[in-house]
This record gives sequence, C-alpha cells and structure tokens, in this order.
Amino acid sequence: MIKFIKENHIIAYIILGIGGLAMIFPFVWMVSTSFKEPWDVFNLAIIPPNPTLNNYVRLLTVSNFSRWFFNSFLVGLSVTVSVIFFDSLVGYTLCKFSFKGKNVIFILILSTMMIPTEMLVIPWYNMSRELGWINNYWGIMFPGLMTGFGTFLMRQFFYSVPDDLIDAGRIDGLNEFQIWYKVAMPLVKPAVSALAIFTFLGNWNAFLWPLIVISDNNLYTLPVGLAFFSGEFQTEWEMVMTGASVATIPVLIIFLIFQKQIVEGIALTGLKG
Amino acid sequence: MFKKLFSKLTIKQKQALWGYLFLIVPMIFYLGVRFYPTLNSFYISLTDWDIVSKNKNFIGISNYIELFHDEVFWKTLGNTFEYIIYGLPLNLFLSFVIAYNINKLRYGLTIYRTLYFIPYLTSLVAVSWVWRWLYQPIPLGIFNNFLAQFGIAQQPFLESTSQALPSILAPTIWVQIGFQVIIFLAGLKGVPKYLYEAADIDGASNMQKLFRITIPLLRPTIVFLVVTGSIRYLRIFTQVYNMTYQGEGGPLNSTKPLVLYIYNSAFRRFEMGYASAMTVILFVIILVITLFQLKVLNKHD
Repeated sequence: MIKFIKENHIIAYIILGIGGLAMIFPFVWMVSTSFKEPWDVFNLAIIPPNPTLNNYVRLLTVSNFSRWFFNSFLVGLSVTVSVIFFDSLVGYTLCKFSFKGKNVIFILILSTMMIPTEMLVIPWYNMSRELGWINNYWGIMFPGLMTGFGTFLMRQFFYSVPDDLIDAGRIDGLNEFQIWYKVAMPLVKPAVSALAIFTFLGNWNAFLWPLIVISDNNLYTLPVGLAFFSGEFQTEWEMVMTGASVATIPVLIIFLIFQKQIVEGIALTGLKG
Repeated sequence: MFKKLFSKLTIKQKQALWGYLFLIVPMIFYLGVRFYPTLNSFYISLTDWDIVSKNKNFIGISNYIELFHDEVFWKTLGNTFEYIIYGLPLNLFLSFVIAYNINKLRYGLTIYRTLYFIPYLTSLVAVSWVWRWLYQPIPLGIFNNFLAQFGIAQQPFLESTSQALPSILAPTIWVQIGFQVIIFLAGLKGVPKYLYEAADIDGASNMQKLFRITIPLLRPTIVFLVVTGSIRYLRIFTQVYNMTYQGEGGPLNSTKPLVLYIYNSAFRRFEMGYASAMTVILFVIILVITLFQLKVLNKHD
C-alpha cells in the first residue's frame, strides 16, 4: 500500500490538487457572487441561494460596460494585427536579407526592450497632447504598434525557414513582399499565433497607459472602466464582482481554446526572451 | 525609368532596396515612439515643466537633488524593494515546488497546469478588486470569516500600515506563480533523464538528485525568472492603485511603490520634470538588472 502511494505520487496529486483549488477559489467566489442577490452577499455559500442575472442586467444599464468591452476588443485586435504584420516583416528582413546597417538596426530595435513603459508615458502624453491624440483610439494604440520583443522572436523563427524555399519563390517570379507573405509566413505559424495571443492579452489587460491617455468615459478600455466602476460601486460588492467576471471570462475562454499554444508559447518565448 | 534603373541592379542590391523599403515605417516608429521619448524623458527630468505653462525651464539637476531630500521618494523606493525582497524569493520557491511536483505526475498534468496558470491570464484590475473584497472585515470578507472559524481575531489587512504591503503581495505572488510554473516546467523537461538514471545507479537520494542535478541544470531558467521577476516587481503599480483607498498607496504611503509615486507626481500634480527624474532612476535600475542577466548568462555559456 505504502509502496503504491509512493510510486504513483498520490501525495503529490493530493497536495497539488488542494493548492490548485486554492488558486482558483477567488475566481469561483467572484463568479458565484456575481449571481447573488445583494442581500445574499453576506452568505458565503459557493452556490448562490437565489441565483439571479439581475447584476448583469444592471451592469449593462448603469454603466458603459458594453462600450468598454468593445473598446478593449477593438484596441486589442488592431494592435495585434499591426504587431503581427510589422514584427514579422521586420524580423524577416533582419533575418533573411543582407544589407548595410542591418546589425545596427537589429541592436537598436532589441535595445528598446530595456526601456520601461513608465519612462515613456510622460513624453507620449506630451506628444499626444500636441498631436490631438488624447481621448481617441489612436492615442491608446500608437505606443504598441510594434514591439522589439516580437521582432526578436520572429527573427529567431525565420531562421528555420530554408533559404532554398525563398530562392524557389524568386525563380517563380514572386517579389520579396510576396515571398515573405506567401512562402515564409505560413512556415512560422506557431510563432505567429503565440505572438498574436500574447499581444492581444497584453493589450486587453493593459492599464497604465490607457488610464493616462483616456479621460472620456466612452473610450475607457475594460480595465480602466472596471477600476473606475469598482471605485464608484465599492459598497455593492456583487456589482464589483459582476464587473470583474465580465472582464475575466473572455480571457478564460480564449485560454481554454488556445491552451496548448499559450502554454507552449510562454515556454518557448519566455526562455528565448 | 524607375523600372529600368531597378532592373540594372544586381540581386544583392535589389534585396538591399527591398530591405530598406520594409524598414522605413518601422524605423520611423522606433525613432519617434521609443528613442525620441527616451531622450525626451532625460531632458524633461532637467526642467521644471508642469504641463500648464508652455515653456520648460532648464534647471539642471535640481529635480534629482530634490528627490534626494524627498522622504516620500525614499519611502516608495524602499517599499518597491520590500515588494521584491519579500515577494520574489517566496514566489520562486512556491513556483519551483509546484512545478517540480507537477513534473513528477504521469496523468493530469494539463489539468494541474491549467489550475495554476489561470490567475496569470486575468486582468490585474479584476484580480485586485476580488482580493480587496476577500480582505474586507466581517461579515463580508472571506479571509476574516475563515479566521473567525478558528477563533482568531479580525485582522485589518489593507487598513493597517504593517499588514497592507504583505496583503498586496499575496495576489501579486498568486498571479505570477502561473507564469513561473510554466517556465520551470519547460526547464525541467530539458533536464536529460539519463542523468537521473545514472544517479539512481550510484544510489543517490532524491534530495541529492534535486540539489546536484536538477537545480544546477536549471540555472539559466532561474536567472531568467529572477531577472524578469525583479523587473515585474519593480514596476508594480496596478494592484496598489486598485487595492488602496483612492489609489493613493496608503495607509500613510505604506504600500506606495515608485511607479505609483511617478504616476501621482506626473498625472495628479503635473510635476512632469520631477516625475521624469524618477523614471530615469527606474530606467537605470532596470538597466543594471538587465546587464547583470547578460553577464551571468554569458559567463555560464
């Protein structure tokens, strides 16, 4: 018996299981409270005594949540498209082409990874004020349109694309842009999807810059909206938990769909970055 | 005419032209949105700019001298390092223990990994508010209700100058565990099995295997996590903004990190010059940590 327990790591299963439940219990409670009537919030039962959708209905009527949701989605999607396009094009250029100044440009782009966002927000804010980018979508998006990290990552992956294939493309009469798009890009799909997922999630959850550049309630992204909403409804915790659930659930859905790519992507990019 | 000229070029020259063409827009971006603002930050830190007045007066290193005498600055810098010193080692330890044990399992690896990973993905704002709720006094707060079950007196958590910082650290660690576990798991997968088999033949104990094989071979992983972790802890902001009264990093500045002080100086009091001086200091600290990483990793390889 003891041998059986030891060989199959039964104790590890149990302890990890308890730890894992501890990891998700705040979420379970959050979601459960979002289905509770206000007078049941003090009832700490996991299953709501009188389950209701009232909080969600109220959330949509008293706040701008649907708009914030849309804003976050739009910003996340646009930035992701831009990052995928530019980071892979630049990564490809820096990997497969030879021209003067290539290494200098690579090092310059790489070195931007060391600059913390916190250092840039003041000049960005100043720039946005002068160019009229305060309180519009472009203002939220422009700092993230390209990333040093993504460029570095894509460059690494393009090394796995054989030069022969690229030459074959040239012989077939494709121009360099078409070769990148039609020949090279399909071969680095795993890297592209990992970069896309991380960029989207990163922008979906971004807080500091949107908080600075947006003061118009209609243009808040979800995290900024949630922060102000929660501050305002602080005493109504069932509402705060409903807001938090709305911000969290889409991410969980993305994760459950792309679980494999996300986990492999982190392991891959994390270690290389 | 353009086409004619182009066709005269060699393949190499054509390629170079395409290369430059692809890089025009990105170079404008990197110069305009990364390098110029970086230099601009250094410059603003030498002025008394307050956003309202049009002109920035050059005042030399006055902002830095003022910072040196600013108690709140030292307090926030101290808090930031407290977050790192208390948070990071505990974080790494927990993540390693979890990853080490998950790695042993034959079944259910995916489920366990998912459980531990979920907090890392969620919006930090949502996480902060959920935890703020967990810390509430009785009858609302789950933690205090839990303690009451064991007859332990109600704790103030976020309301107390001594408990607030650890109370903010808890969700911070909780969120980061997911990321670190995944990285550790990837590192553990890279340790060749035959080393353990050889150790088994030599009759090594589990502890010996752990300290003689696993940990030394995980060194690059650990260095990576220490560096990314310290940078993350150094930039702590969102959770303090959302978990403290009016986002002020209280009570009595006891939880206020450097980045929150920067944010307040710049965007609540509009002392852009002063705030920029602090961002320069943050930049220097991050630079030192990054160079340290490069040095340690290069030495090993």
